[in-house]
Amino acid sequence: MDVLEIIGQLINTTLVFSTALIFTALGGMYSERSGVVNIGLEGLMVSGAFAAAVATEYAIQAGLGGVSPWIGFIAAAIYGVLFSLLHAISTITFRADQTVVGVVINILSLGLSLYLTKSLYAGSGQTPLLENVFHKWQIPFLSDIPLLGRAIFTAYPTTYIALALAVISYFILFRTPFGLRLRAVGEHPSSADTVGISVTKYRYIGVLLSGALAGLGGATITLTTTSSFAHNTISGQGFIALAALIFGKWNPLGLVGAAMFFGLAQALRSFMQRFEFAQQIPAEFFYMLPYVLTLIVLAGAVGRSNAPSALGQPYDPAKR
Amino acid sequence: MEMLRKIFSKSSILIPLVAIILGLIVGAIAMLAGGYNPILAYSSLLDKLFSTPYNLGEAIRAITPLIFTGLAVSFAFRTGLFNIGVEGQFVMGMTGATIIGVLLDLPWYIHAPLAIITGAVFGGLWAGIAGYLKAKRGVNEVISSIMLNWIALFLSNFIVAKFLVEKGQQKSMTVHESAMVKIDWLIKLTDNARMHWGTIIAIVCVIVFYIVLWRTKQGYELRAVGHNPDAALYAGMNVNVTMVKSMFISGVFAGLGGVFEILGVFGNQTVMAASPGYGFDGIAVALLGGNTPIGVLLGAVLFGGLSYGSAGMSFGAGVPPEVVRIVIGAVIFFVASHGLVKWFLKPFLNKRASKRKEAA
Repeated sequence: MDVLEIIGQLINTTLVFSTALIFTALGGMYSERSGVVNIGLEGLMVSGAFAAAVATEYAIQAGLGGVSPWIGFIAAAIYGVLFSLLHAISTITFRADQTVVGVVINILSLGLSLYLTKSLYAGSGQTPLLENVFHKWQIPFLSDIPLLGRAIFTAYPTTYIALALAVISYFILFRTPFGLRLRAVGEHPSSADTVGISVTKYRYIGVLLSGALAGLGGATITLTTTSSFAHNTISGQGFIALAALIFGKWNPLGLVGAAMFFGLAQALRSFMQRFEFAQQIPAEFFYMLPYVLTLIVLAGAVGRSNAPSALGQPYDPAKR
Repeated sequence: MEMLRKIFSKSSILIPLVAIILGLIVGAIAMLAGGYNPILAYSSLLDKLFSTPYNLGEAIRAITPLIFTGLAVSFAFRTGLFNIGVEGQFVMGMTGATIIGVLLDLPWYIHAPLAIITGAVFGGLWAGIAGYLKAKRGVNEVISSIMLNWIALFLSNFIVAKFLVEKGQQKSMTVHESAMVKIDWLIKLTDNARMHWGTIIAIVCVIVFYIVLWRTKQGYELRAVGHNPDAALYAGMNVNVTMVKSMFISGVFAGLGGVFEILGVFGNQTVMAASPGYGFDGIAVALLGGNTPIGVLLGAVLFGGLSYGSAGMSFGAGVPPEVVRIVIGAVIFFVASHGLVKWFLKPFLNKRASKRKEAA
């Protein structure tokens, strides 16, 4: 295989891996911009991956064919919203600690998803392999461009949706009253409250959006990569997405860049092993690569003061 | 973090108790929804735990690592740090013990202590990395220790597969008998349950935890930084050094947990697809234990018991054992959102108060 071909495939694989991260990190952005830490992204992805697998399976059984993955995709978002409602009620209304509740979401999601999987599929720890999942789209004309066509314009529909959502989110966050209010609530909730912005409402919206988007992130993995749900379908991607959010400085476009970076690290893992010299390096080092890079990046490049200032603090109007 | 401390320093016993009951109810609802019999499930859980000396011994074996990881999480919490990396430190502890146990051949009175100390230091240093990054570079310890968890997993797998591997297998060679810390007479007494000295050391650690935090100057500084880092700084304490120290000690507890899984229970280390999960359960234990040493001990008994007994649930009532994870998650959820619990309890408490009024 010639070098250009390899580079093209590398870019394409990077896009596949980073799509789920973009969805999830965008979700985390809405939550954290409103001032609510969301460590439960991992769990929300698990729930999304599970819901997508089950809903798609049902849709296939019902004879919906090619529409089925879309139904699974949407079901994942709804299920994610329901799950994050738990987060929202406890952290916003009852002012529970956000980090702890995030941990709870992670434990509960995995437990519940596996429990339901075993209950639904006669004790099997894995949902049945889906016949109908997303297939790569070839954008007409554009996909005929040499190199770029294969690398960028032949991708899963989810990739395009994720990128579009990132751009839309950028405009929502920085160009609309809604975005301004969301950020105000995350930066200085008492001031926002004073001018009549409901802190509770905007934080609920932020957290619920994070559930929907992280659900889509999980669904992406089920519907483009694994075709089923099992205990290891989501293994750390939610945490990587969280890191991408921080690395991307809570900015929708910044986090796309960060997610691409982590996607590339993951893609390299499978790609490097094709080369002679790389086969001498133990596989474990490639598995470690994304995490080591994250650590280095966090320790080196990121400034400290980018987080929304009220991040992690429950808002108590009585303490104003 | 303010909120976190409040929850953790809450000495109230009522909320954990109510949380446990609510958690069990949530589990029961989940079982009913799945078409199982919750009463049969819970009774087979208890049956599994207390039916034979073997099961009781094995339950204690399952509880032991949770005491260590619960202490580890609590210790860092007391200094205002959320050590979610206990998982990775646990794995590093296992690896340290395996390296010494497999590669060296020494008389037992040197070999076992050396293996234990090595594992503990491995765990401590691994946690120290997160502490250092927090103190020097301002990296959120939650993120860095999550990354370190994964790195620990793959690094350990690499070490086991490369240097310690038993030919043709996915695990290390067996640790020399001189490094093992089994208690033979207890093993006989419990029909071959895997009893070991780690349990005793875990209880010693509970006491050490108390003494270090509440009876030494060091401990005072650790808690002061946890309460209010600015005030601690103003009082002339070195906040950064204290953070690293706290993470190191926390990691030592975590590492010890891993050490005894190798030297007391398995005698070798496998190449793991995922980390064992004791570290994450430690967060649950710490939360339920209200961050106090005795609380951690009780929390570990509860969660270890539930987890070990869950096998009985699937055997006796056909319930997927994962339902216990739902119970555990729900319990922590209710402990964390004690506002919600109080809100639930309000009608009952008010009724009681009004009854009292009537009586008067």
